[in-house]
Amino acid sequence: MGTIKIINPGFLTTVQDQGRYGYQQFGVPVSGVMDNFSHRIANILVRNYELEAVLEVTMLGPQIEIQSNEIISITGGDLSPRINGQEISMWRSIKVNEGDILSFAGMKNGCRSYIAFSGGIDVPIIMGSKSTYMKGKIGGYEGRNLKAGDLLNIEQSEKLFKERMVPNKYIPKYTNEFHVCVILGPQDEYFTDKGIQTFLSNQYTVTNECDRMGFRLDGEEIEHVEGADIISDGIGFGAIQIPGHGKPIIMMADRQTTGGYTKIANVISSDLYKIAQAKPGDKIGFEKISVEEAQTILKKEEEKIDVIKKECCCREIISSKNYSLRINGKSYDVKVEEIK
Amino acid sequence: MYKETKYLTSGEKALVIEFGDEIAEKTNGKVRAMMIAIEKKDIIGIVEMTPTYRSLMVHYNPLEIDYKSLLSKLKTVEGELDHIDIPLPKVIEIPTLYGSDYGADIENVANHNGLSIEDVIKIHTSKEYLIYMLGFTPGFPYLGGMDERIATPRLQTPRTKISGGSVGIAGSQTGVYPIDSPGGWQLIGKTPLKLYDAHTDTPILLQAGNYIKFVPISEEEYIKIEEAIKNNSYKYKTYAKESEAI
Repeated sequence: MGTIKIINPGFLTTVQDQGRYGYQQFGVPVSGVMDNFSHRIANILVRNYELEAVLEVTMLGPQIEIQSNEIISITGGDLSPRINGQEISMWRSIKVNEGDILSFAGMKNGCRSYIAFSGGIDVPIIMGSKSTYMKGKIGGYEGRNLKAGDLLNIEQSEKLFKERMVPNKYIPKYTNEFHVCVILGPQDEYFTDKGIQTFLSNQYTVTNECDRMGFRLDGEEIEHVEGADIISDGIGFGAIQIPGHGKPIIMMADRQTTGGYTKIANVISSDLYKIAQAKPGDKIGFEKISVEEAQTILKKEEEKIDVIKKECCCREIISSKNYSLRINGKSYDVKVEEIK
Repeated sequence: MYKETKYLTSGEKALVIEFGDEIAEKTNGKVRAMMIAIEKKDIIGIVEMTPTYRSLMVHYNPLEIDYKSLLSKLKTVEGELDHIDIPLPKVIEIPTLYGSDYGADIENVANHNGLSIEDVIKIHTSKEYLIYMLGFTPGFPYLGGMDERIATPRLQTPRTKISGGSVGIAGSQTGVYPIDSPGGWQLIGKTPLKLYDAHTDTPILLQAGNYIKFVPISEEEYIKIEEAIKNNSYKYKTYAKESEAI
């Protein structure tokens, strides 16, 4: 068993896995990772169970002292990860040694990174999950976000280090302007035709009020037929609530289990990662598709993950050489790798 | 209740079975019956269900069952509902110590309604309250059916901390706080029972569709029960709710 020590937790770093299922009927939120794709790939790269807990890092990354030899991977948003001050690549397995310092130099693309540790993070399983639900003070590390001085245990890692990397074409690019597919309902009938049109034909801007619970958006007001209130019912991941003010709120991982606002549509699961990586000021458009289409997309997404799994394992690196180059008076360290 | 139940889409991983658009025991009874009936069928691909006031949200894995197949299976279950044996709901007794420091606002409730404190306790403990659903915080029961004679508006200034187990009144609603949280409810008493404990096998004591009956206890009994819960020797008192045609 190894350990890592949090020197500086950054803006918000929590332990998350796929979430806490089976307890929504009791009012316990699901929680779990915001960006499911990055989470699974991070684990695949270090040969973990795909849904093993990882660290979810938000915007300003943490500084972590590695206290034992470990194999890690970093996926998701690019927050400029560094080992001992040296830039490191994302979307691949990395060997780190006792005494190394993992840090992040700043947000480049996206805003949530995922750090997987080969073997997994050893925290108690509460109601079937390692996910931190901060408001309920359960799961993860003592039911809270990480703080300076916290020591986390890492389970026994793979003995032999193998370099694995995700082929470039599968690495998502997070943009400041994007669209997501949605399925109308469950309360689409509470909106006028004009309201639905407004929703589908305008871009909405992410406001500063965006966190693990939900993203409040700003833009054209969406018209209800009568009121915005309903008798409280269940809320899914990606549900788009429209309260009385007519502006969307996208419900995310830490959403409450039930709520009393009309929900015009639901973002499809395969597009939720885009929202998870969005920052204030980003613009989102909504495109309507059917449930059947969404389920086909989900199946293709699963197939893609299977392909990635195969390809990152056969992309093992056979040899690598380091060169020092000087261009326009600046020197660069370049690593050339031969891939099987 | 609707003549025809609505099946609403809620993304590609959930659907909502909506039985009506009112808060009524009969509608909620149907939600409970449907949930039990679906559980009995063991449909592959269903992940979990969230029962609410008047609808049932079914979370499923589309890689195991697609929307159309699930929809047709659920409609079949609904069609057979009258022939499926649904056990009677349970009533769970909530021993409650009323007044004094345990229920600091009981006098407000009495004064507001021109009653004595004894009357408030009598009225509050005379009914079995339906747990329409759990939500808001883990284990928080949305109860129905409180007597209007003890209805009292919320406090003007909410408390920053109400301790778990507190029993209160807000308007014509009554409820129990499962965990410490801020709130504006008029506190009338406190139960030593733990409605929520993440670290046990049954983290949440209550279940939607069942009933709560408040039972007045003395301070002595309160301390005894509290001890028994600590030692894991407390026996919860439950009984079947007398049948009412649904």
